[in-house]
This record gives sequence, structure tokens and C-alpha cells, in this order.
Amino acid sequence: MYAQMVKSENTDSGPELDAFQARIDAGEKIEPKDWMPAGYRKTLIRQISQHAHSEIVGQLPEGNWITRAPTLERKAILLAKVQDEAGHGLYLYCAAETLGVSRDELTEMLLDGRMKYSSIFNYPTLTWADIGAIGWLVDGAAIMNQVPLQRTSYGPYARAMVRICKEESFHQRQGYDIMMKMAQGSEAQKRMAQDALNRYWYPSLMMFGPSDKESVHSAQSMKWRIKINSNDELRQKFVDQTVPQAEYLGLTVPDDNLRLNPETGHYEFSEPDWTEFFEVLNGNGPCNKERLEARNKAWDDGQWVRDGMMAHARKKAARAAASKVAAE
Amino acid sequence: MSDQNTNPRTEWPLWEIFIRGQHGMSHRHVGSLHAPDAEMAIKNARDVYTRRNEGVSIWVVEAEKITASSPSDKGPMYEPSQSKVYRHPTFFDIPDDVGAM
Repeated sequence: MYAQMVKSENTDSGPELDAFQARIDAGEKIEPKDWMPAGYRKTLIRQISQHAHSEIVGQLPEGNWITRAPTLERKAILLAKVQDEAGHGLYLYCAAETLGVSRDELTEMLLDGRMKYSSIFNYPTLTWADIGAIGWLVDGAAIMNQVPLQRTSYGPYARAMVRICKEESFHQRQGYDIMMKMAQGSEAQKRMAQDALNRYWYPSLMMFGPSDKESVHSAQSMKWRIKINSNDELRQKFVDQTVPQAEYLGLTVPDDNLRLNPETGHYEFSEPDWTEFFEVLNGNGPCNKERLEARNKAWDDGQWVRDGMMAHARKKAARAAASKVAAE
Repeated sequence: MSDQNTNPRTEWPLWEIFIRGQHGMSHRHVGSLHAPDAEMAIKNARDVYTRRNEGVSIWVVEAEKITASSPSDKGPMYEPSQSKVYRHPTFFDIPDDVGAM
């Protein structure tokens, strides 16, 4: 997902921990000033900031098409969508900051590669149809994960998720709208739509992360209610929901093994190539280098603006203080 | 002050944002953001928290200026009111014959 393979830490024990777990089991929200195990705090910082970084880096593949959107209306819509992603990143950074880290620290950890973002944003957007596929599939997969996270145990995280979910459904619909237009268009447009689905299908399935049946991290995170469903559960739900949407578009999901099991009512499907997933996660995807370079450049190029505005604010405050003294 | 001036790399301070959703409602805490000063905090809050008509008025408060009660004080802070049930109207039995009260 936007937070993939988040390692969970469990180093605490004792009566405080039991009381903490009892609160979570009772469905209570944990708030910033409440006692929490160090492992809970660390895991959450990792998970929330990975999610925030994904929102920020996620602006890049779509930003690629803002200047080349086919109509002025599409351009305005895409601009609003990319602006939302920036907003989502900010909601999440502010949730992470309540745990005792600063946004600049988190940004620096992204920029020097100590922190990760979702694998999906390391794929290129080659055609306009990719913008449709991203909204439909990538935001669709994100929604699967984010809707349950509105009930996560950490208050600020849950509240950020509520805001994000409200806006996310616009994203998915605008993507599907693009796909509908393309799929009903000329032969060339249909081919473009099919090609986008072909390239984004498996990377979208990878977003949920590898099967976590035997993962210790998942078990701990689920106990803390910072992960609500298993990766496989969410992936299945995504496939079940998405296949009929592809059929409606008249497009073919690129999987020869895809079939509806009439007994379970669920689709059976091929696993994505997990070797590719780990390669992308470890920095060897098609766009990893480009994405990090773009973020580093934005950060470095913006330094004088951040400094200048801070200097201006200080000067203004000093001037106000001086005139107050003079008036007295 | 001079110390800060020699270190321009200071992070922008954190501001807590409160928004009045509609006329007649109180301002409500919606989240936080970074900005160099109050004026910019309001401008940023507009972009971050009111992209879809979520507000008619914005308050910004520097996060470090907020004093919050501590969770461990919960007992002594709120306990006294628990023993004063007579503060609630339901404490008093009023006969039905009296009518609405």
C-alpha cells in the first residue's frame, strides 16, 4: 500500500503495556500526550511518514501530464487532484509530527533514502491514459486500504484518514472518467487505454504488499490496530471490485488465469512478480532515481524561499516590537 | 534573536488551525501546518484545509503557545463533577401532572 512492509517494533512489556492494549481492544483512541509503548510510536512514525512521502512523491507521475492534458478542463481537474495529493501529504506529516518528529527531519530522511515511499510511484506515465489508469487503479487500491484506516487506534492518524478518504473518491472517479472516454474513443485511444491497464495492473496489485500470512510485523500492527486488514484480504477485495469495472470499459485484465470462482464468489488471479516488487522497493525501478532527484531538486531550489520568508517574518516581528516600544 | 538569524535553516514554526465550518458554529481544530508567520499560516490553512468550502473563518495559533491538560490529570481534574449528579436535570423527579419542564 502507500505504506508497504512497515517493520513493527515491539520492545515493551509490563502493566502499562497491558493497560494500553486494553484501551486499544476497547476501541479507545490513543492521543498524542497519552502513554504509548516506544514500539507503537516508532512503528507509527515509520508508517505515517511512508504514507506521507508517497502522497508527495505521487504528485510527480501525474504532474508530468499537467502541461499536456488534452483539454483545459482536464488540466484544471488534474491540477486540483495533484494539489489534493500535496494536501494529503501535509495532513499526514502533521499527524506524524504529533509523535515527536519534525517535518523537516522526515523530509530529509526521504531525500537521503532512509525512508521509503510506495513502489507504485516509480513507474512512468507514458501516455494520457496512464493518468486515467492511476486514478482508477492506484487511487482505487489506496482507498481499499485507507477506508479501514479511518478506524485506526491513533487519533491524529485516524482523523487525517477521514479527510483523505473524503477527497480520494473524487480522484478515483476522475480516473475512471478518463478511462471511459478513452475506451469509447477511436481505435488508437482504445489501444492506449488497454496499454495503460496492461502496464498498471500488476504494479497496482503490488501496492498491497506481499502476502502477510506469516509476517510477525503484520500481527503486531494488527494487535495495535494500525493495520486493520491483511494484504491478501485487501488485494482480493480490490480485484473483485475492479474486474467488473474493466469489463464495463471493454478492456481486458492482463491475466490469463483470471476467473470468477462461482463457489466463493471471488476472482482467482495471478500473483504479481514479487522479484520486481523488491527490486523497485530497493531502488531499482524504472523511475526511482528520477523521483528522488526531483524531490531533492525541489527541496534545494526552495531553500532560499523558506529562508527568505523566515527572515521576512523575523524582520516584521522585530519592527512591530520596536514600534510598540516607541509608542510607549 | 541574533542566534536565530545566524541559523537561517530553522524550520518554520508549527501552527494549529481552527476553522468555523458554517455561520453559527464554533471554530473547530482541524490539524496543523508550518508557516513563517501568522499571515502565511492563514494563507496556507486556506489551501490545505478549505479546498472544498469547509470554512467561513480561520484561526491560527502557534502550537507552542497552547497549554494542554495532561492525560494523567484526568482523575483529579474531572472526578469532582462525577459526584455531583444533582447538576443534571434528570436528578429531580417531577410528577407527570406538572407538564413539560
